[in-house]
Amino acid sequence: MPRLKFATVWLGGCSGCHMSFLDLDEFLFDLAAAADVVFSPVGTDVKHYPEGVDVCLVEGAVCNHENLEMIHRVRQRTKVLISFGDCAVTGNVSAIRNILPASVHQVLERSYMNHDDRNPRIPDEPGIVPVLLDKVLPIHAVVPVEVYIPGCPPPASRIKEVLVQILEHGTAQLEGRDLQFG
Amino acid sequence: MADKTLTINGQVVQAQEGQTLLQAAREAGFPIPTLCHLEGLSDPGSCRVCMVEQTGSSRLLPACTTRVSDHLVIETNSKRVREERRKVVELLFAERNHVCAVCVACGHCELQDLAIEVGMDHVRFDYDHPDCKIDLSHHLYGIDHNRCVLCTRCVRACDEVEGAHTWDVAGWGKETRVVTDHGQPWGNSETCTSCGKCVQACPTAAIFIKGMTVAESRKHPAEIGFLVKSREHLHCQD
Ligand code: SF4
Ligand code: SF4
Ligand code: FES
Repeated sequence: MPRLKFATVWLGGCSGCHMSFLDLDEFLFDLAAAADVVFSPVGTDVKHYPEGVDVCLVEGAVCNHENLEMIHRVRQRTKVLISFGDCAVTGNVSAIRNILPASVHQVLERSYMNHDDRNPRIPDEPGIVPVLLDKVLPIHAVVPVEVYIPGCPPPASRIKEVLVQILEHGTAQLEGRDLQFG
Repeated sequence: MADKTLTINGQVVQAQEGQTLLQAAREAGFPIPTLCHLEGLSDPGSCRVCMVEQTGSSRLLPACTTRVSDHLVIETNSKRVREERRKVVELLFAERNHVCAVCVACGHCELQDLAIEVGMDHVRFDYDHPDCKIDLSHHLYGIDHNRCVLCTRCVRACDEVEGAHTWDVAGWGKETRVVTDHGQPWGNSETCTSCGKCVQACPTAAIFIKGMTVAESRKHPAEIGFLVKSREHLHCQD
């Protein structure tokens, strides 16, 4: 069997899903035996998302223009895109700011001006700090998604279940308590 | 009371006249998920989670408010029923702000359980993200409209079992909210007896006990039915 080209990507999330991925412990050896990690903030030092990826776990919601560009690139270059964790699947905590009815500027004002009494200043570093989108979106609202892993973060057992199914069948579908959000 | 004969999931079932499809199906061993239905309270038939398919009819029927009748042929778990049920649950998630990860009901929430039951791995509708209020003016309890599914179990428990009728429903469409004393802060309510029946009846974290942790906030909705049954029992003895 050809080795799987495996990637993980971190968008607008807290990295908790990736920490849970590392909690796979010895299963990481099984994964390493079956797959090449071609891109991952916790698995490689590669800076550019490569072509021809078989499977990618994507953590986090689509919050800013950098996330948006990245998710389109991931979609173009990946066979099986997995929405990894509640922020990716629902928007979750990252999307709470959508409740604020007004513009992105008001969101920033609320966080960096109204709630900072020491050094109130809205970060503005063009080209360095990515510009926020008006609304935070779950991944499937932007590009098609093949597999969903709910959980904040998803327990390692749940991630393993999906990866085992992928290794065996090329796709995966969780059921029962493995579908619990939160 | 006359018996009615109907067919549920291909099995011929005898039920008593006046029984609902929900009762008949459950007695025959076919589970049907529910949300606005709570044992001991009247049924508004509003949430549509309990819908079943009647063979030969294009309309789905709410099992909790449809009475059994002869010759009915019902499917409680057909592909169509499962798809429509999932849509109903997805819409409940899309129309308020359910952030299970930071919710006090996480792990013991009827809405979360329903999502699991209908196989909801994601919501296909756009989230509405309404700007909802939280009222913490009551000395014991709070109401967080972000988590309310408008099942009206609180309204009915308060009115039908406690007899206080503190709760009601106000507004239209997306602006619909449950309210206390015509929209007064709960803490100012002159009708609320602080009995806590609405807390136990509420299937989500919308009504909660202040200061409780996630681990402590398991609810006991079956207490409402127990209370009603015990009262009926007392009346029988009178
Ligand atoms: S009320 Fe239930 S479904 Fe809603 S956020 Fe809380 S745990 Fe999740
Ligand atoms: S507050 Fe709770 S019981 Fe009342 S309508 Fe909302 S979800 Fe139902
Ligand atoms: S449980 Fe039947 S309509 Fe809500």
